[in-house]
Amino acid sequence: MTSSLGWALADGWTVARRTLIHWRMQPGIVIFGWFFPVLMMLMFGALLGGAMEMPDGQSYYELLVPGIFTLAMLFGLEGTMTAVATDVSKGVTDRFRSLPMSSAAVVLGRCIADMLDSVVTLIVLIAAGLALGWRWHGTLPEALAAFGLLLLLRFALLWVGIFIGLSVKNVQSITVVQVLVWPVGFLSSAFVMTSTMPSWLGAIAQWNPMSSTATAARSLFDNPGAVAGSWIGGHAGAAAVIWPLLIVAVFLPLSARRFRNLSR
Amino acid sequence: MSAERVIVANDVRKNYRGGAEGAGLNGFDLEVAAGTVVGLLGPNGAGKTTAVRILSTLLDLDSGEAAVAGYDIRRQAREVRRRIGLVGQYAAVDEILTGRQNLVLFGRLNHLSHAAAVRRADELLQRFSLGAAANQPAAKYSGGMRRRLDLAASLIVAPAVLFVDEPTTGLDPAGRIEVWSAVRDLVGGGTTVLLTTQYLEEADQLADRISMLKAGRVVAEGTPDELKAELGADWLDLVLADPAEVPRVLALVERLADGDVRVEDLRVSIPVKDRTRALVEVATSLAEAKIEPEDITLRRPTLDEVFLHLTGTGV
Ligand SMILES: Nc1ncnc2c1ncn2[C@@H]1O[C@H](COP(=O)(O)OP(=O)(O)O)[C@@H](O)[C@H]1O
Ligand SMILES: [Mg+2]
Repeated sequence: MTSSLGWALADGWTVARRTLIHWRMQPGIVIFGWFFPVLMMLMFGALLGGAMEMPDGQSYYELLVPGIFTLAMLFGLEGTMTAVATDVSKGVTDRFRSLPMSSAAVVLGRCIADMLDSVVTLIVLIAAGLALGWRWHGTLPEALAAFGLLLLLRFALLWVGIFIGLSVKNVQSITVVQVLVWPVGFLSSAFVMTSTMPSWLGAIAQWNPMSSTATAARSLFDNPGAVAGSWIGGHAGAAAVIWPLLIVAVFLPLSARRFRNLSR
Repeated sequence: MSAERVIVANDVRKNYRGGAEGAGLNGFDLEVAAGTVVGLLGPNGAGKTTAVRILSTLLDLDSGEAAVAGYDIRRQAREVRRRIGLVGQYAAVDEILTGRQNLVLFGRLNHLSHAAAVRRADELLQRFSLGAAANQPAAKYSGGMRRRLDLAASLIVAPAVLFVDEPTTGLDPAGRIEVWSAVRDLVGGGTTVLLTTQYLEEADQLADRISMLKAGRVVAEGTPDELKAELGADWLDLVLADPAEVPRVLALVERLADGDVRVEDLRVSIPVKDRTRALVEVATSLAEAKIEPEDITLRRPTLDEVFLHLTGTGV
């Protein structure tokens, strides 16, 4: 491999492997990260499950599980942010930048590692969901398409995480974002059908990119809660592709600019 | 450009966006000959880190020119990066990874094969006396060990020029001595080193030539001996017990002073040339005059005094 693209890929993989070594060195932290969404699933299932009126007496998990999948993609943002900000503040990013490797490799490594992390998170969640009685009722290709949309959302949010990680002055200020992630997650159709919300709130929630992905996934899984009365809800499949692409279109260039600005 | 000079900086200027007026570099000049160690000496905020980050291509300059190893730092940044090692002000190692894993990682990113990276890591761990801690996470290392790991990481592909930014700031004396001996070993290997420091003693110990930096400009340059000769004096400090004694003491020590005697409350500082003779004579005359000082010490000039001497203004 001598081409610069070849080296960028090889270096990207080397940078990603560094995160895989972190997993091996600190298995407790990583495993907790993978099981935290399961904990949420159990908690909300147990707390809200009884109060929830589901069509045809279905289990609340039928609605909740795809919502938690979506939420887990959103929460992945925190890991990206923290990792990026820590590397900048500890000078590791500077060390990478002083090497004769392409700066794209630094970001590529982050992408690979975080996407792998999200794949594991999803697998753990799917296993937990199946154990709790959630099923997909559609075909396997449809289910795979749903997982694809979830990972697409995660990929888009990755760039938000990189942008914020490069923007914060210190790692502590990330706490603010960690708190703000919650209302973004809740103000969506992740836990409840938006038709149960006050209409203005429901409208906002419907337009939340999280809702588009959750609704599209539910529809592909043939789970309840997929159909909604609004225009955006009716086009959830398209929205679940367009929203992430829009987010990437905004945050990828912003992140690239932040990266260049490290030298200003 | 002459092949002899591996670092050349010409009237480099840098103002941080949103930074204070005059902070950064204000006409920075530097020439470093191949195989030498140059100490960039200056107080906190003088612009040492800024200079190192610009020369190692991490930071853009506003105006001026600079070349490292014969390559323009702006137009040929990648060529420069192939030939430099950087040890930043804060040890940039991955704290979760072990010492060996760190070195293998940076070896791979320097495009060594896996086997070569492992071999090189083990060599460097031995060389910097980190063999015993090779398999411990860097988070468990002492400050001095972390610095040495950082040095090792920047030496994976023997660089033509090594930048070392304040290697001992924040280290205890033992850590400082460890790092000094590591830097001395490097120099034995013929690497050109640009080292920044706040400590006169450190520059004196490690550098062939010293450039003194103040407010983003080099205000003096020379070998440590040249600069010291220019500075001349050591200082003899007396701390008196009674303010009334100050004028009497001044009269007694005047003939021994090699320059202006300075008084600050009860402290009388006398610049002296011949350390031992001055100490004996001052002690004798004080004893004869029945003045008993609280304290009497001989010391090298502080960075403050060096700057005061060379620029006529304090730090
Ligand atoms: N990123 C920055 N933004 C604004 N001002 C900065 C920045 N970095 C350094 N400075 C200012 O530039 C001056 C020189 O800083 P620096 O090069 O770090 O000095 P030194 O390394 O000698 O202590 C200081 O006044 C510092 O406050
Ligand atoms: Mg500094």
